[in-house]
Amino acid sequence: MIRLPLILVFAALLFSAGIYGVLARRNAVMVLMAIELMLNAVNLNLVAFAAALHDVSGQIFALFVIAVAAAEVGIGLAIVILLFRNRASINVDEVDLLKW
Amino acid sequence: MNAQEYAFMVVAVIGSLAAVAVVTARNVVHAALYLVVALACVGITFLLVGAEFVGWTQILIYVGAIVILFLFGLMLTKAPIGRDTLDHQPQSRIVGGVVALVMFLGLAGLLLRVWPVGSTAASDAALGSTAAIGESLFRDYVLPFEVVSFLLLAALVGAIVLARKDEGSES
Repeated sequence: MIRLPLILVFAALLFSAGIYGVLARRNAVMVLMAIELMLNAVNLNLVAFAAALHDVSGQIFALFVIAVAAAEVGIGLAIVILLFRNRASINVDEVDLLKW
Repeated sequence: MNAQEYAFMVVAVIGSLAAVAVVTARNVVHAALYLVVALACVGITFLLVGAEFVGWTQILIYVGAIVILFLFGLMLTKAPIGRDTLDHQPQSRIVGGVVALVMFLGLAGLLLRVWPVGSTAASDAALGSTAAIGESLFRDYVLPFEVVSFLLLAALVGAIVLARKDEGSES
């Protein structure tokens, strides 16, 4: 028995750390890592509520999030590698070709 | 407080420190290794609330596969490992820190108001077993399961097409 709010606060901290990473870091790989942290915070919430509500659906959703996150990292890193090949830099501030 | 909750507190503190270390680390490879610790702590939390299958999947997929993928990405992009030249911007750090702090305080305050610490979450060991997950997955969620498999196939093809060197442009 773990009390629900403790897990939720842990997840909120993971999510906030991820937000900081996305906003402050300029390395594209670091941004992807921060997104992974945020997805994990969501998974933590889903599993915690699944345990609190005695419903297995939350855990199924967590599994789907894990699968989609794996696909996202694969595509994201492929884009980062392509970016590095074309621009010799993975600084997200320098990727402004589409900016008006 | 019982034994499970003490164990969770230890894991949560370690995981929180690791998560903060991930986003503040100067060395990108160190950040990836801190990410291992943070993700493993999340996986252990899954195990502690009884989500057995999701917990082991988390450890296998994230710690085993995704972090390795990150390390490969770091090596292939020849990121300036050990230096902080790319993201040394005090202004964005201050903005990011303020937003993250407001986000955390707001979320934590809201959550603790809606679910005071007295309310409990029962973790049912039988709930997250592989049998229960499999039954629910293949009875109620078959279509999303198939869609996810198709998504993974598309991501696989897309990643190969994107990251492959174009033979035509080299010659």
